[in-house]
Order: sequence, then C-alpha cells, then structure tokens
Amino acid sequence: MRLWQNALTAIVLSLVAGAALAAGDMGEVKKQAVNIPAIVMFLAFVAGTLGITYWAAQRTKTAKDFYSAGGGITGFQNGLAIAGDYMSAASFLGISGLVFINGYDGLIYSVGWLVGWPIIMFLMAEQLRNLGKYTYADVVSYRFQRVPMRTMAATGSLVVVVLYLIGQMVGAGKLIQVLFGLDYVYAVTIVGILIILYVTFGGMLATTWVQIIKAVLLLSGATFIAFGALHLATEGTWSPEALFRKATEIHAKKDALMKPGVLVTSPIEAISLGLALMFGTAGLPHILMRFFTVPNATEARKSVFYATGFIGYFYILTFLIGFGAIVLLMPETSGYMVTDPKTGALALKGGQNMAAVQLASAVGGNLLLGFISAVAFATILAVVSGLTLAGASAISHDLYANVWAHGNVDEQHEVRVSKMATVVLGVIAILLGIAFEQQNVAYLVGLTFAVAASANFPILIMSIYYGKMTTRGALLGGWLGLVTSTLFVILGPTVWKDVLGNAEAIFPFKNPALFSMIIAFLGIWIGSIMDNSEQGKKECESFEAQDVRCQTGIGAEGAASH
Amino acid sequence: MQQDLVHAIKSNPKYHELVSKRAKFAWILAILMLLVYYGFILIIAFNKEFLSQQLWEGSITTVGIPIGLGVIISAFILTGIYVYRANSEFDRLTAEIKEEVL
Repeated sequence: MRLWQNALTAIVLSLVAGAALAAGDMGEVKKQAVNIPAIVMFLAFVAGTLGITYWAAQRTKTAKDFYSAGGGITGFQNGLAIAGDYMSAASFLGISGLVFINGYDGLIYSVGWLVGWPIIMFLMAEQLRNLGKYTYADVVSYRFQRVPMRTMAATGSLVVVVLYLIGQMVGAGKLIQVLFGLDYVYAVTIVGILIILYVTFGGMLATTWVQIIKAVLLLSGATFIAFGALHLATEGTWSPEALFRKATEIHAKKDALMKPGVLVTSPIEAISLGLALMFGTAGLPHILMRFFTVPNATEARKSVFYATGFIGYFYILTFLIGFGAIVLLMPETSGYMVTDPKTGALALKGGQNMAAVQLASAVGGNLLLGFISAVAFATILAVVSGLTLAGASAISHDLYANVWAHGNVDEQHEVRVSKMATVVLGVIAILLGIAFEQQNVAYLVGLTFAVAASANFPILIMSIYYGKMTTRGALLGGWLGLVTSTLFVILGPTVWKDVLGNAEAIFPFKNPALFSMIIAFLGIWIGSIMDNSEQGKKECESFEAQDVRCQTGIGAEGAASH
Repeated sequence: MQQDLVHAIKSNPKYHELVSKRAKFAWILAILMLLVYYGFILIIAFNKEFLSQQLWEGSITTVGIPIGLGVIISAFILTGIYVYRANSEFDRLTAEIKEEVL
C-alpha cells in the first residue's frame, strides 16, 4: 500500500501544482472539505475545460461548427472521443459494480457493447459520413418526406437521450455525494450547469475536446487501478489466476463467480440482450453525430478502429477492477464494507456502483481516490455534454429548422434555438437525476440500448440498404419499434415489477429488443410493399442517386469543398 | 446529385468493382462478427457448463474467461482488417472513379 501511495504522491503533487496554477486560489476556499486532492483535481479539470470552451467558442460561428466541429476532427481524435462517449460513468462504475456483485456475468455486458462497433464499421460508418450532415435524421430523411421522417427520428433521438441522461445523472449525484459529501441535489445541479456552459458556448468542438481529455484521463486512471489492484491482490505475482482464486474464496457466490449465471437466465433473454447491446450502439444519436465531425469516409473508418481498441481495453480493465474490488474491499476487515441498516447484510460503502472508486482508495489511498473521483465526475460531464448536444440538435436541426420551419430558417437562428434547447435539456437532466436516484444505473443503460436498437437502428440501416423502402414503411416500422420497445420496457419486470412495485410483470422479459426489433423490421417491410403511392415510387427511384453518393462520397458534406 | 452524373458513375466499371468488392468484404466480416458473438451468447444461453469448465486441471479460471476476452480481441482485429483494406484498396478505387467522372 505504502509503495503505491509514495509513487502516487509524486504524480499527484505535480498535477496539483499545475492545477493550483490553473485554478488560482480556488483550492484554498474548500479547505474544510474531506478530500482536498479530489477537489483540486476536479477544479483543475473544470478550469481547463472551461478554457477549452472559451477557445472553442471563438471558433464556433456557423451551424456546421456548432453541430459537427466544422468537420475538422481527425480519425484518431474522433476515435478517442467516441471511446469517451462510450466509457461513460455508467459503464465504468456500473460494469465494475456488476462484476463486483456477479463476477463473470459482467463480462457478458461488456462484450455485447463492444461487438456493436465492428458492425457499425462494416455496414454504416462510411455510409453515414457520406450521406449525413449534422444528425442521423439527415440520413433517414435523405430521400423521404421530410416532416414525418424528421419528427420520428428526432423523437427516437430524444427518447434515447433522455433515458441515457437519467443513468448519467444518477451516477453523477451518487459519486459526488460519496466524494465531496455534497447533497445529491446540489451535485446534479452542478453537472447540469456545467454542461449547459460547455455546449451552449463551445458546441461540438468543446464537447469533443472535453471528451478526448476525459478519455485519456479515464484510461490512465483505470489502468493504474486495475493493475495496482492486480499487484496488491496477488502479492506482486500479477497472476489473474491468483486474483480469481482469492475472489472466489471471499465472494459469497464462491466458484459460481467464474461462471455465467444469474444475469442471463433464459436463452431468449440472452439473445434479446445481445441484440440490444449490439445494435443499440448503432442507434445512439450522440455517437452517430460523431461521424459528421470527421472530414471524410477514410477518417470515419479510422475513428471506429481506434474507438474499438480503446473501448475493448477499457472493458478488460473494468473486469479486472471488479475482481480486484472483491479481493481488496469485500473482506469485512477491509473497512470498506458497512452493514445495511435495512437488511442487516454487509454491503459496499456507497453501493455496488462505487466499487471502482473505493478500490482506487484501497490501491492508492486518498490521492488516487481523489484522482479517480475527479475523472469519474469529468466523465459524467463529458458524456452528458455529448448527449445534451445530440438532444439539442434533434430539437433545433430536426424539429425546429426542418419540421416546424420547413427548412426556411437562417443558420444563426437555428444555432440560437439549439442553445435554448440545451438550457432546457440541462434543466430536464437535473430534474430526472433527482427523480431516479434509487435505480441501478447499469440496467438503465441496458434499457436505453433496447430502445435505440428497436427505434433508431432499423430505419437507419434500412434507409441505407433497402431501396424499396418508402416513407410509409419507414414510419410504420420506426414508430412501432419505438412504441413497442418503450412499452415492453415499462410493462416488463424491471419497471413494472421492480420500480412500480406490481406483483407480476405484464411483459415477461427484461430485454425486449428481440421482439421490438422484429416488429420494427416487419413494419418497415410490410408498410413499404403495401405502399403503391406515386410518392412511394419516386422515393424508390431516388434510391439510385442516394446509393451512388453513399458508395463514393461524391456530393457528401464537406468532402468536395475541402 | 444530377441524373447524368449518377449514370456516368453507374456505367463506370470501377464503380461496380468497388461496390461489389466492398459489399462482399463488409458482409463477410459482419457475418463473422455475428457468428463469433452469437456463438458466445448461445453458449451462455444453452450450455453454461461448457464455459464453466476449468481452463486447466485444478484452475479456478474457467474456459469462459479466454473465450470472453477472445470475443473482445476479435472485434478489434476484424475492424483492423476492414480499415486496412478499405483505406488502401477501396479508397484508391473511389479516387479513380472520381477522377474519371468529375
């Protein structure tokens, strides 16, 4: 323990020195608080990112700047930013918490989240870049009727954004509560205010750089905790086998910890969860938006490759962190377990989602705890910024400019609407964070993916590949997917039984994606083949031109003019 | 895009070469990824015992650990293979098409 603390002191002191310079005397003000390093590092991050926001604000003039950072992000930078969007607090804290409680099952979630990436790469990345402008609704309304298609795509985006926001805000509140001893309500309010600042002033450029910085910090912090824990838990042998053996001796599940078990109970649940995780990725509006920030298809592909690498590595780390936490935190003598006053059982201080944070303290003392807490807080800020920007773009670019004003709106006005929408979404995020305080954040993210996979993904992939799709078919399938997935989630065990307290769930499965995705695709197909309208015929004919642009990038946004 | 440009591109043999090569390659890799992942999920669903076996005599590490890691690594490798070919061969073909029709 001593060794880590000494090594860390050196690193952190140098960080703090830099931070103190950047943050002025802000560190002094909070002297009475519990964890000075955490506060200093967090303030340094806030000061740094606000500086970036100021810099970005100078460069954000047009709508293209605001929505897509002017299309000037490189593949490597975008890869880090995508990985950053993905390595949310919910996945960092949630998956390591799942591994801490369930062992092997945590890996099933990570694997599912990751394998969506290759699919996006092979079937969608360059196509999106070649067809889209600012939002994925640009792609799905390319050859269809603008008003109804935009309305649907924007609704799908907003539902996903709001669901995702809940998970992030709950994570934020809990974390800051544990770290700063600050009231939950104040914590989520701080997050709300900061993201409003980032997004309204700095647009996509600030959001991207906040995300990149955080991704680098999180990857280094998680690497340190994971390997530090492996070192400590195995008495310096670094053997995963020794880590697993100790964990099974300590954990109540014993050997079952290393085997797939409770999380995936029936084959249908397993398949359905897999579909949601895999294709949900391809339906997340804040991720899809990132493909419009790179200059061309070549860079779009590179960004997926880098993102897959970073995310895969990160998930391996969360797995190690979960097991490290079992060995180092779970024994009663560790001092990290408290008796739950309700059940009388031993539970981790701050709840299972705090496993990674508490492990940082066990591995590197107060300094590493401070560092990782600051990084986790930064993570929430960065991911919530990306989500808010995606939601605001759906409101301003899709609903306001294209649906309400039928495209007759000047750019500056559209950007102003986007900034107003950002403020509204920030406030909504705060309120949702307060309302959903008691839910497990990892499950919430799972639910988000079900909706994204059933509502956004089917119309997106079919509009790229299915030449016979018409507006009518797309609308039927898209709305069916959105409504059924939402309804199944509400009527399913997670919400109907666990949240609303009913005795029996009306829809029997926790993971509805298998059913709602089939319904969505059937809806698209049936709606399209039954559509004999003139409009429908025209839409099928214009597929040829769309496909040529999609395949070659000729005529794509920002490709020809640069 | 103007209709005559669309026809010019579509009648270019290189365009057909690009489209068919890329589609074939992308779908092969996508299906491979789906097979790897759903293979994993179906084993979890139908044959948990297989993943629960000891990796070697007396080990606590189960067969499921390297298999799970293998799925993660295969995702990375498959995207790498695609980028390698797309950013060289497919981009070169696209550039040639643009040169010929624009």
